[in-house]
Amino acid sequence: MTNIQQYIDSGVLELYICGALSEEESKAVSAELKKHPEIVKEVEEIETALEHLSTAVAPYNPDALLQKIQEKINSSTNTIPIDRDRRSSKTKIVLYIGWAASILLLIGLFSVLNKNRELRDTLNSVQTKNALVEQEIENARDDAEKAKELLNVYRDRNIVKIPLGGQKVAPEAYAEVHWDKKSNKVYIDAKDLPTPPPGKEYQVWSLTLKPLTPTSIGLLSNFQEDDNKIFILENANASQAFGITLEPKGGSKTPTMEQLYTLGTVS
Amino acid sequence: MQPDGLIAELQQKNPKAFERIYERYSESTFGIIYSIVNERTIAEEILQDVFIKVWDNAHAYDSSKGRFFTWLLNIARNASIDATRSKSYKNKRKNLTADFFVDILEEKSNFSKKTDAIGIKKYIEVLKPVCKKIIDLLYFKGFTQADASKELDMPLGTLKTRNRNCIKKLREILVP
Repeated sequence: MTNIQQYIDSGVLELYICGALSEEESKAVSAELKKHPEIVKEVEEIETALEHLSTAVAPYNPDALLQKIQEKINSSTNTIPIDRDRRSSKTKIVLYIGWAASILLLIGLFSVLNKNRELRDTLNSVQTKNALVEQEIENARDDAEKAKELLNVYRDRNIVKIPLGGQKVAPEAYAEVHWDKKSNKVYIDAKDLPTPPPGKEYQVWSLTLKPLTPTSIGLLSNFQEDDNKIFILENANASQAFGITLEPKGGSKTPTMEQLYTLGTVS
Repeated sequence: MQPDGLIAELQQKNPKAFERIYERYSESTFGIIYSIVNERTIAEEILQDVFIKVWDNAHAYDSSKGRFFTWLLNIARNASIDATRSKSYKNKRKNLTADFFVDILEEKSNFSKKTDAIGIKKYIEVLKPVCKKIIDLLYFKGFTQADASKELDMPLGTLKTRNRNCIKKLREILVP
């Protein structure tokens, strides 16, 4: 116990959080942290204090920048190369404008400084709201497109509909498979499957009978977030039946038969 | 508390987790950057680059090597120091004196709700000059302990205990 207190009092934890230790030294501190909750508590407090200090140094809360960052992330899915030349020349112009604006501001703005701040706060919240609305419109558009596609599936006579009835573990469960043999797509309507427990997800199997051979065709991932509970999967198998089992997240190589929720044969 | 669950989700590229990480850490990161570059437009650009790096390289964070906050701090300081080395930055800042976090805090009048403004101001008032220097070098400027001890002409052991006592004051004010 005195040992731990000595360790804490040595000041090594402060250096650890500042990033002033070598990699080896940091690793050693991390290992101590895993062993002693008293050290974790101490580290959290130091960290919180420094977090507050640097937050106080920030000229304002940069919430409004989040949207820009997300746009940049979305526009390049992989890594983002930093184009320094373009950035600096752009910054230059922005900066000149910025300086000019600052001078103007300084001349006339002392009295309206507070108002300016209020406006910026409003602007920030409006920008955030805009971003949210845009996202909602985009989601709605995606949903509409999906709905159109699904309507075509229901109308197409060449698509085979296979009802999957509930099995022992979940007699009330029900799902439907719509199998488009031309495009090798299956549409799983999983509206009547219970929400999977945390850490589990549904896995869809194509089955051929005699001998019974299951082939996984995919997972019903993000089940809870999916509003219409319709999942589109690829299936190039000569399926004679379809089954849905509950498996650990990420799926299994072979179906867990005790967790077979629904099953149906292709007529 | 370090939000380990959130960090794990970030590493799995969950955009919602990224948003929450941003909410939690962006203002303090912005402060670090601003304390080094001292120019708002540049600080904003660097902040964007830093969080894009956080998104792209989240998988590289390893809790056995250090705190997530420290990892972020390192990215922010390195990006800011890189920026101060660029030619355009030097031209721009030629006529300005070197500031550090104490000057920024003393000049600052509007604090966001996230911080205890009075507390921080009080902290600066009671802080010994040597404390200001130590915190500036070790925390804001990212000196290694060896470099800081050389710069301040102070034995390593003394530096460590002084740094601890300086930060302790801050903790006493923030967590009475």
